[in-house]
Amino acid sequence: MTNKALRLWSWVHKWTSLVCTLFLLLLCVTGLPLVFYHEIEHVLGNEVEAPEIENPGASASLDTIVTNSKAHFPGKQLQYLSWDEEEPALVYAGLGDELDSEDGNRFLALDARTGEALGEIPFQGTVMYYVYRLHVDIFAGLAGKLFLGFMGLLFVASIVSGIVVYSPSMRKLEFGSVRHHRPRAVRWLDLHNLLGIVLAAWMIVVGGTGVINTWADLVFQYWRNDQLAEMLGAHKDNPRPETPASLDTAIQTARDKVPGMIPSFVALPGTLYSSTGHYTVFMHGDTPLTSKLLQPVVIDAATGDFTDSREMPWYVTTLLISQPLHFGDYGGMPLKILWAILDVITIVVLVTGLYLWFRRRRPNADNRFADDAEIAPRYAGAPAE
Amino acid sequence: MAASALRRGLLGRTYLMPLIIAMISSAGLLFALIGDGLWDYLSWLALGIPVAIGLWFSNRRSLDQRRSTH
Repeated sequence: MTNKALRLWSWVHKWTSLVCTLFLLLLCVTGLPLVFYHEIEHVLGNEVEAPEIENPGASASLDTIVTNSKAHFPGKQLQYLSWDEEEPALVYAGLGDELDSEDGNRFLALDARTGEALGEIPFQGTVMYYVYRLHVDIFAGLAGKLFLGFMGLLFVASIVSGIVVYSPSMRKLEFGSVRHHRPRAVRWLDLHNLLGIVLAAWMIVVGGTGVINTWADLVFQYWRNDQLAEMLGAHKDNPRPETPASLDTAIQTARDKVPGMIPSFVALPGTLYSSTGHYTVFMHGDTPLTSKLLQPVVIDAATGDFTDSREMPWYVTTLLISQPLHFGDYGGMPLKILWAILDVITIVVLVTGLYLWFRRRRPNADNRFADDAEIAPRYAGAPAE
Repeated sequence: MAASALRRGLLGRTYLMPLIIAMISSAGLLFALIGDGLWDYLSWLALGIPVAIGLWFSNRRSLDQRRSTH
């Protein structure tokens, strides 16, 4: 590589890193508890558990569950029912002020066997809510998401440029060398190089999928305008039925249409993921991969008849695969623990990188030492000779 | 970038270990998506490798250190 190219790459590494580092620190620090979201909510008592009942094999009518959900939150509109494979005895209901409102939704857990409302799952106002918002949109809605997504893009660019400048930096060193007896700037440069290069693949995947997740709202909005509108076709503006067809029938129709798949959630008529006259049942598979993928089945809410179903387009599938790869929630507790360790090591890479820049910036400070002359060209990516 | 430089850079000493580690980590990320049980174990093993290598070398006294203390 020419000196000029090398200088360019180190310039890219320095500036992409500097701009995103503080936000990446925020994302790593808030991401750590989010890895253990369910466990923390469980400990804090914010999860609802299904009680022991006499007939655990029973299964309540979904229409009863709909009625009970509405009765629990009078004045709220029931938008969705959803299921969690890990909690087969529960059904979750999502309710909002309006059928198509996205903010301020409340969540209710119901007993899937008796249909009884078990209690609200608190979200807004909990500690994890603030951690979540700081991680997802820094309390700034879509603009916040897109901003953090841009920081994520810079992070990926800094990793790629970091891989390029790794080579000149390691010219005289064996893989994994950490010169422990040298001053801190040298030691931390070695640690930064070692940990950065070792985690490069994981950081690119988690950073890149994080960026994709920031586009989730836009992706689903596009899908609604593109695919959902096409599936509804001429029935797009069917009126909202006075007495909708049984949800049990609708779900059964969906199960028959896509055998081998189970319902993940159902959007009731009038919500963002359905139409005024339709249910949309989102089905998923049962392997770790296919359980993350969705297939929508549109059901006429007036008659309970099948309207249409089609596989999700590539852009939704990409988003859905990006979610587990970002969350680390697809391989049990050991994977979560590895995710947490990798997250902490990423913080070390960020902090050592920031420190190295700070040292470079002030070469004449009091703590200057002889090694500056040696590491400065290395860090800057200029030839060591 | 000349072909020889590319070979030296990518397949040569500097990037050999990083490339192997990146391939193992990526496989680890995919294994747990493929299936449960054995696939999960393989995933933990594979993703444990970058962690183990990172921690091992971070704490290892380098050869050059041992030389200089003797």
